[in-house]
Amino acid sequence: MTGQGRDPAFLAVRDLTKRFGGLTAVSEATFDVREGSITGLIGPNGAGKTTLFAMIAGFEQPSAGLVLLDGEEITGRKPHDLAKLGLARTFQIVQPFAGLSVRENIAVGAFLRLPKRRDALALAEQVGQRLGLGPQLDKPAAALTVAGRKRLEVARALATRPRILLLDEVLAGLNPSELRDFLPVLQDIRAGGVTILMIEHVMQAVMSLCEHVHVLAGGRIIASGEAAEVVRNPAVIEAYLGPGAAQRLAAHA
Amino acid sequence: MTARETLPILGFLIGAVLVSLFVTSNVVLNFLVFTLILAIAAQGWNLLGGYGGQYSFGHAAFFGMGAYVSAILQQRFGVNAYPAVAFGIAAAAVLGYAIGAMVFRAGLRGSYFALVTLAFAEVLRILANATEITGGAAGLLISLNLGAGNLQFADRSSFLILGAVLLALAMLITLALEKSRLGAQLVAVRENESAAAALGVDILAVKLRAISLSAALTGAAGALYAQYFLYIDSNIAFGTWISVEALLAPIIGGAGTVFGPLIGALILQGLSEGTKLLIGKIPGLDLIIFGVLLILVVRFPLHRIPGLLAARWRGKGAP
Repeated sequence: MTGQGRDPAFLAVRDLTKRFGGLTAVSEATFDVREGSITGLIGPNGAGKTTLFAMIAGFEQPSAGLVLLDGEEITGRKPHDLAKLGLARTFQIVQPFAGLSVRENIAVGAFLRLPKRRDALALAEQVGQRLGLGPQLDKPAAALTVAGRKRLEVARALATRPRILLLDEVLAGLNPSELRDFLPVLQDIRAGGVTILMIEHVMQAVMSLCEHVHVLAGGRIIASGEAAEVVRNPAVIEAYLGPGAAQRLAAHA
Repeated sequence: MTARETLPILGFLIGAVLVSLFVTSNVVLNFLVFTLILAIAAQGWNLLGGYGGQYSFGHAAFFGMGAYVSAILQQRFGVNAYPAVAFGIAAAAVLGYAIGAMVFRAGLRGSYFALVTLAFAEVLRILANATEITGGAAGLLISLNLGAGNLQFADRSSFLILGAVLLALAMLITLALEKSRLGAQLVAVRENESAAAALGVDILAVKLRAISLSAALTGAAGALYAQYFLYIDSNIAFGTWISVEALLAPIIGGAGTVFGPLIGALILQGLSEGTKLLIGKIPGLDLIIFGVLLILVVRFPLHRIPGLLAARWRGKGAP
């Protein structure tokens, strides 16, 4: 640490809360993402993970709380401003520009930093190759398989040259061999200097990729720590499997 | 935009010049000039609707603005035709920006956007019909003052060339947009707004630029109309007919393509005039036939026929 009193976290979420009428979807969520890490955000269905993501990326206005990126407050800023600051996201339900080719899809992301069409297309090609979309570059995005669309989501976001990438279940729906092929791609992205925060259900991937995991259940962060240690946490086991599950598991062990 | 991509536009321009040299029938020339005016208006709609996916039902507002501002400046203030037309185009662009700023900021999309733009055009039509400066219900005549210096020509073939040059310009602008960052972002907005926003596209700014440019082109068509017919009234300039023509032509000819509006305008006007010519004797029958043909053309778009045939041929060729 060089700076005095500077928040060591690259992305810092502080007491972030979202209420929809009487329902509190996310309640005072506080966690950090370290620069250069792959950090996981896990939790049972309906825990509020996607809402939390939407707030960080500017798609939902938080009811309370703060988000800081590299020490700068970014709470409630518009998605396109955040993209300029270097925060990119993917969508759980993939959102390809169906009428465009794969290359043109990625180029929309590339245009953020490159005003010239030639440069944007060149970067799109490069990013497409890197994500294994090379043979599909000139196909319409609508013709891609599920795995291809997931890769396209990541490619487009990566083409904006982000500092931090928020991935919302990019591994869901992939078969084991697609999964095996995709993990090195994500590690490669991190190696390229991009911090990753990922929502993920595929525990195998979380265990092998993430140094650090935060667990969200019922809108609250109930545990944080290393992946291996978090999955043994009784509170986490009960959040997934129900009250008393931790004890029963311990009895069987 | 490469030289090769502009070749078809150059080809169109050369074709128009040849037609103006060899066609002498006033009926045919009149038909072509009118079609070109519609095609320019439609190209304006195409920028916003075809590329941006914002289906305006009120492009008459911009057509009328271009027509009235240029006519009023000439007739009431003695401004020369060229600056008058330029002001007409600029006024249409400003109106487009103003309507866009209200409507897009309010987040209106789809049918709501269509309805609100229709309402704006109707309000302008009623205002133009009621105020003094526009000539009210009697309309506005531009004094006959022939000469290239006044942008008035005795022969229709000169107008044909003028219309063709303007349309070629509109097509070049569209082509340049297609190849630009703004064009890519506009198409991204059409395809999926939230995905576009996530990739750093400022949706409001992109839509505002598109509607201003779109309005300017349609405004140019309006100014050209006034210059050609030397008469406008509120029902011509702000009437629903031009809103409908401006959106039908690109949809029939190929929305989101450079040549779509011209092809669509030719088909539309061809069908309309053709039915009138063939079965004009029984009043109303030509409109019925035109309606049926229109349904067929919308159902089986002509520009897709080559593709359909190719797909069929490939389908048969495969084992």
